[in-house]
Amino acid sequence: MSHLQAAKNPGSNLYEVPGLMPFRNNLVNQGLDLTRGECTTLQVNVGLLCNQACKHCHLEAGPTRRETMDEKTVAEVIKLAARFRFQTIDITGGAPEMNPHIELLVSKLAPLTNTLILRSNLTAIAAEKQRSLLGLLADKGVTVVASMPSLNETQAEAQRGKNTFATSIKTLKKMNALGYGLPDSGLQLNLVSNPTGAFLPSSQEQLEKRFRQMLARKWNISFSNLYVFANVPLGRFRKWLEGSGNLESYILKLAAHFNHCILEGLMCRSLISVSWDGYLFDCDFNQSLQLFMGGRKKHISGLHELPRPGESIAVSEHCYTCTAGSGFT
Amino acid sequence: MKFILIYKSKYSTRFKMDTYYQPKDLPKFAQISEGAPELAQKFFDYYSAVFAEGELTQREKSLIALAVAHAVQCPYCIDAYTQDCLEKGSNISEMTEAIHVATAIRGGASLVHGVQMRNVAGKISL
Repeated sequence: MSHLQAAKNPGSNLYEVPGLMPFRNNLVNQGLDLTRGECTTLQVNVGLLCNQACKHCHLEAGPTRRETMDEKTVAEVIKLAARFRFQTIDITGGAPEMNPHIELLVSKLAPLTNTLILRSNLTAIAAEKQRSLLGLLADKGVTVVASMPSLNETQAEAQRGKNTFATSIKTLKKMNALGYGLPDSGLQLNLVSNPTGAFLPSSQEQLEKRFRQMLARKWNISFSNLYVFANVPLGRFRKWLEGSGNLESYILKLAAHFNHCILEGLMCRSLISVSWDGYLFDCDFNQSLQLFMGGRKKHISGLHELPRPGESIAVSEHCYTCTAGSGFT
Repeated sequence: MKFILIYKSKYSTRFKMDTYYQPKDLPKFAQISEGAPELAQKFFDYYSAVFAEGELTQREKSLIALAVAHAVQCPYCIDAYTQDCLEKGSNISEMTEAIHVATAIRGGASLVHGVQMRNVAGKISL
């Protein structure tokens, strides 16, 4: 069922799972409100091309994808960042490193924001032609948010593909050598651990402690912070859930862990997400469903003002992911 | 085995039940409090306290629970603590090693009784 079909039938849900209350109805029933706050973050998805085809990817990014942000859209993004001065700009993909304009984007955006983030899978950046990028990131003080689902090679590669673990470790070592993740260097290296299956993530605090101990002990690697995120049942991960017979139990588990306390801090309240072709969304996950910001397809070139506090956010049942347990940041 | 086969043939169609253990029964565990609410409350409070972070981490406790679940061969507990171990950040290798610990103790418990066998045999043998 498409999101539009689900929207026409308010009793239905995106996953056609019996007993799953539509996300919007759940908010209404509990007297809760999810609307925009102050817009402080610009998230830029520079394309779906990636050197990996991770099983949990909600955008089904991979080596065969050709969707990548062109020079004209990159220029629009830079113009937008100059006009609104976001506190944070978050570059994601695919593998952002594989966009041909990434160095230009990083160089131009870095002076326009307090915090520039680049999300890395730690393997694309290891390619020979990306040799200069790591130095540029360090030079511009870019925060790197890197995928590291598990400290166990088999588990990590079950999610991210063969031969990704050793390369990731090598890249982390290289980043440490540049100062990334070291105390007082000013270069933030944050790791992200997604569960390697249809289960919820660990406690962030406990997993960070373990990652810190194990990475230091086994590989002498340091990092700044670790974040845990649940996998969003969209794209390739949804297909895996369906194929393995886990979809129903997984989405019901997410819904059962709904935590109203974290609504206020949800990222969709404070960011706008730009897709590779320049269209606007409330979050990167909504790109997977083509669930546009404000309910209508709008291009970055036509954005004259940021969403105002109190404006609506496009939601569907995948939103139970961000409201489960400790949620998404 | 014989009893199970008889039970199946006689009752399975009528009750639509082909096994004593149903995964969907696991979430009903809390219903056990309906018979003796005060005792159940004490048990569940104790249970929560046991699994809280202490000198052992919650991850370590979950691995112990998984091993014990295999020792007592409780399908509900194996289901619950397999998921819990993964959610606490354990991997299949660690979980498998934990089960081997339970297996070693179970096997060892049988084998060490061989001492009794030897004592008895020694007493009555020439």
